[in-house]
Amino acid sequence: MGVMPAATTANATPALRPLTGLDRPGARRVREALIGGLLRVCAFSAVAGLLLIVVFVMREALPVLFDAETRKEASLAAFFATAMWQPVGDIPKYGILPLLVGTLKVVLVAMGFAVPVGVAAAVFASEFAPARIREALKPMVELLAGIPSVVLGFFALIVLASWVQSMTGAVSRLNALNAGFALGLGIIPTIFSVCEDALRAVPRSYREASLALGASRWATAWNVTLPAAGAGVSAAILLGLARAVGETMIVLMASGNAAIVSGTPLDSVRTLSASIAAELAEVVVGSPHYSTLFFLGALLFSTTFLINVAAGLFVDRLRRRLAGA
Amino acid sequence: MSTYSLAPALPPLVKDRPQGWVGPGFTALTGLAALLIVLMVGVIVGNIAWHGAGTLTWEFLAAAPKHGMTAGGIFPAIFGTAALVILMVIALVPFGVGAAIYLHEYARPDAWFTRMVRFSVNNLAGVPSIVFGLFGLGFFIQFVGRQIDRAAGLDVVWGQPALIWAALTLALLNLPVVIVTAEEALRAVPREMREASLALGATRWQTIWSVLLPQAMPGILTGAILSVSRGAGEVAPILFTGAAYFLPYLPTSPTDQFMELGYHIYVLSTQSPDVDATKPLLYGTVLVLLLLTLLLNLTAILLRGRMRAHLAGRG
Repeated sequence: MGVMPAATTANATPALRPLTGLDRPGARRVREALIGGLLRVCAFSAVAGLLLIVVFVMREALPVLFDAETRKEASLAAFFATAMWQPVGDIPKYGILPLLVGTLKVVLVAMGFAVPVGVAAAVFASEFAPARIREALKPMVELLAGIPSVVLGFFALIVLASWVQSMTGAVSRLNALNAGFALGLGIIPTIFSVCEDALRAVPRSYREASLALGASRWATAWNVTLPAAGAGVSAAILLGLARAVGETMIVLMASGNAAIVSGTPLDSVRTLSASIAAELAEVVVGSPHYSTLFFLGALLFSTTFLINVAAGLFVDRLRRRLAGA
Repeated sequence: MSTYSLAPALPPLVKDRPQGWVGPGFTALTGLAALLIVLMVGVIVGNIAWHGAGTLTWEFLAAAPKHGMTAGGIFPAIFGTAALVILMVIALVPFGVGAAIYLHEYARPDAWFTRMVRFSVNNLAGVPSIVFGLFGLGFFIQFVGRQIDRAAGLDVVWGQPALIWAALTLALLNLPVVIVTAEEALRAVPREMREASLALGATRWQTIWSVLLPQAMPGILTGAILSVSRGAGEVAPILFTGAAYFLPYLPTSPTDQFMELGYHIYVLSTQSPDVDATKPLLYGTVLVLLLLTLLLNLTAILLRGRMRAHLAGRG
């Protein structure tokens, strides 16, 4: 009789063995705490990464602001004293105006193309498309997102440029229009995905209420769903903008890289990002040119950072609004 | 109250708006936009496949470039790309998955540390790739590499562009991808599994290691594959951190420079001495890179689809 219960216990828990070493409660607690700390360090790596980017890009850019020797050639005043970007030569000229104008032109073309297409396709996918077509469309957009930018740049350089030239009769084969189109292709997935997510987050009841009132499906999409997801659509456009400003390989290969200030998108342009990519490999470390390129990088970083933070605020607003409804 | 708050979004009389052709026209336009995207993907992939397929032979994949890169193959670039992404994944995945576990299993959602990590992850994902290149040069090469050289009394071994620095730069670039997908995978594991494990007396870490991670593995794999695909395709971050125009030998140490597919495409298409002779090779290289990234992406998409279906099936 006395033996039975003990035997039952042993049978029920065959995996139990005496607690030793690392399994002792005390050691276990220490191990758990250690692992928790380690995971916290992993999480902190993202914070550290962002901080290090800020610190080390700024560090190499600072001579432009504070180093007397560098400032003889490259300073904030020098950046705007001339409209010429000729960093290599007997008398280097660091006028960044052509780079700003070039970036603006390419980005405007890209946004003018990608925003209507991306947003409209997202409305189609979330509001009108039958489930089967939507399920086919989304992987296609993901495939587009998966095409490396160097491949899009290659396509724009070899194929698209000839088409654009024969359609517009532009003198320079590589120009802002060509680069802008290719860049637009690169940012459509971002705009589409964020926009589609926002539209899908609008509760069904909004649409049903509108349809029940007799509104057609497009009237519902235009008057109810899109306004309700408005903050998300804004976020999508801003995220696309940030990517367009910072994207490098597409514009480097497709824009022609001539630093020209002009009003037409049919001229060749040189952008901020492409200047860094094309020139940094050949400059002397610590030279005024080197510091200037890091300064341009800091400028790109700050611009895209601010745009991204603004996009984040819009996403928060959308989430709050839809959660409150 | 909550019903009326919807009112401002609705115009007074939707019915009075012109209906006729506007509605179908609007719908058709959105459909056209979607069709345009599909067509453009088709044209790009089709064009590259059409022109590149003829070049794609075993010799092309297995040989080194010859005659000033106007003949031969791309083996060194394939090798370099593989070495690069393998090193990147080794550095990246433990940190990314660890961060995701912390965010989803340990962190209090409204603690300032958690919010700071999430803010950093979101914004790290938006940093332009060329800025990562600058960072790699300014931090890894000019700072870390130089310090190592100075400490070890070496001439210039670590303080120059190298495989290891390019891989670490790409690892930071891809950190958000892995964190976000791994966290999504952890979110998909039902609460009951955690509770069942904890109720059996397992500790937090035992629960994570033996219950959550196996369940979340497809999602974690998805993130790793996506990061490999992106890492193989990004050129801007490696321009100054390790990629080489041409090398007669394969990299054997982390401090060697390397050839890479994406960079090779850039070089061939912009700096070739003989454009016409290079074109078939160029198309072939682009096709290889495109196939590589698209296949990786496809795998990731399918894997994620299965994971989501699995989750939905559980209801």
